[in-house]
Amino acid sequence: MKFSMGNIQFYWDKENAADFYQQVADSSVEHVYLGESVCSKRRELRLDDWLEVGQELSKKGKTVVLSSLALIEAKSELATLKKVCLNGELQVEANDFGAVEILSEAKVPFVAGAALNIYNQHDLKVLLDRGMTRWVAPVELSRDWLVNLSKGCEYIGIKDKFETEVYGYGYLPLAYSARCFTARSEDRPKDQCNLCCIKYPEGRKIDSQEGLELFRMNGIQTMSGSIQNLINDLPSMEGLVDIVRISPHSMEAVGWVDKFRNALEDKSRMSLDGFCNGYWHKIEGMKAIG
Amino acid sequence: MELLSPAGSLPALKAAVDEGADAIYLGLKDDTNARHFAGLNFTDKTMAQGVNYAHDRNRRLHVAVNTFAHPDRSQAWFDAVKKTHDMGADVLIASNIAVLEYAATHYPEMELHLSVQAAATNVSAINFFKQFGIRRVVLPRVLSYQQVANLAQDTDLELEVFAFGSLCIMAEGRCYLSSYMTGESPNTVGACSPAKFVRWEETNNGLESRLNDVLIDRFADGENAGYPTLCKGRFNVEGAITHALEEPTSLNTLCLLPQLNNIGISALKIEGRQRSPAYTRQVTRTWRNAIDAMKKNPAEFQVQEEWNKCLSALSEGSQTTLGAYERTWQ
Repeated sequence: MKFSMGNIQFYWDKENAADFYQQVADSSVEHVYLGESVCSKRRELRLDDWLEVGQELSKKGKTVVLSSLALIEAKSELATLKKVCLNGELQVEANDFGAVEILSEAKVPFVAGAALNIYNQHDLKVLLDRGMTRWVAPVELSRDWLVNLSKGCEYIGIKDKFETEVYGYGYLPLAYSARCFTARSEDRPKDQCNLCCIKYPEGRKIDSQEGLELFRMNGIQTMSGSIQNLINDLPSMEGLVDIVRISPHSMEAVGWVDKFRNALEDKSRMSLDGFCNGYWHKIEGMKAIG
Repeated sequence: MELLSPAGSLPALKAAVDEGADAIYLGLKDDTNARHFAGLNFTDKTMAQGVNYAHDRNRRLHVAVNTFAHPDRSQAWFDAVKKTHDMGADVLIASNIAVLEYAATHYPEMELHLSVQAAATNVSAINFFKQFGIRRVVLPRVLSYQQVANLAQDTDLELEVFAFGSLCIMAEGRCYLSSYMTGESPNTVGACSPAKFVRWEETNNGLESRLNDVLIDRFADGENAGYPTLCKGRFNVEGAITHALEEPTSLNTLCLLPQLNNIGISALKIEGRQRSPAYTRQVTRTWRNAIDAMKKNPAEFQVQEEWNKCLSALSEGSQTTLGAYERTWQ
């Protein structure tokens, strides 16, 4: 089993991002995702900057993938998406079927991201035929679902033809909207948002009126209120999962790579106080078992 | 421009036909559609009656098989496609690649519409789904009017837009808020914020609505207490109690009618298969009147006060919005 560092879903300034990738470069993580998947207005790092970061990471032996935007609405976003998809250097994670179309038409192999609603072996077969090499499962899928899906893939003869990746650690991306919730929380219209997301490098908390952490707003994206942590579930991923993703919300994400790797080796478990892992266990995503 | 009305039952279907809907959409009585609610939807018998009622009056019937096939029981979704075909429905509305592919290979002559649940928001995504021979795309409710107009120019497929009804503010088919809170996904079980998880409680703090024990909202005396759809709750954002995602409100695009007609939108969809036959009747009647008035004289078209009044009364929180069509909402 290998580990990946997901792309930064929050809006970090260039210096923080540079520090972060310095640490990622020195870490043991095998795969790294880069790039912007949430908002096209976030331009602290542009495509050329990401490609440069990618080159540095490649030199350190990392396999690098460029993530693409999940919600493509404006023509300008589609134009940027084409540039990302056809960057010529890095493999791309498609997070919208628009990206799948661009990549497959150009005959460029791709990673199918978690924002694509892919649920069964038949879906995967279509994507495989169009160049998918790796599938990142939608965050709401359980272990049971993956077991059934794996059997389905075996039945139609595609089981070993792609890698499977799951979100192992981090806030989960749960939804995308036309509305920018962060701008709205500051009473700003989206078109004059002042890029205010940069003030919330870990998003903005949405709690219930009773103080339960429900969600995190991150621009147009809504994320889980708790960090999902599947560290105790690593043994149950055997034979189902090839890559476990650590999705960063702060510098501490880098340290979780080794925590996960060690737990995998020595089969140790930890307290899940404050974390969630319900999706994996086929219950409410926000709950924790074990 | 076609008026497409929702039917959760045979009486609703008849009401829609009687009030002048050009087409009616419905779902089967199982989890293959995104309004899988108790007491709703069509059995073989009611569907056969519905097909006859609509066809006798020259209206078309669309069947939504728009949830996502489970890996261990995909056959249930394929069976729903077969049933749609065999019972003589005119259109299959689907979102899942597996379902679309099955329909395209087994029933190539059946008209296919891409469900809103596929979340095709741009022309490249639409082009991806062209491989299944779709004729029409139902656009997600996350696009501004200008973006809809651009798409109408950029694609040769028919476009259908939501005109009225409950407002889903997230890109449809890619929202996991409900499964995060209840464990059941709209994509795989067919209901958002399912009724079985809803609890109402009169407390010292006021009337409280809960979804799977999570407090969604708390209402003072006299406040309009709406269904606890989780994205429309009142939450705490760093000390401010606010509708952090969206207020209880419904989409109403009456004032956009001439523009939607001008850019060549093929169909206006009314949301609400989960609503009563009376809802279907009143909304269909109002929109029929509005569309007819607009067609008669597009330049002079004005929204009648009584139309808005009728629609507001049927809306969530009795208020309406243009939603994402209008940039300021975003």
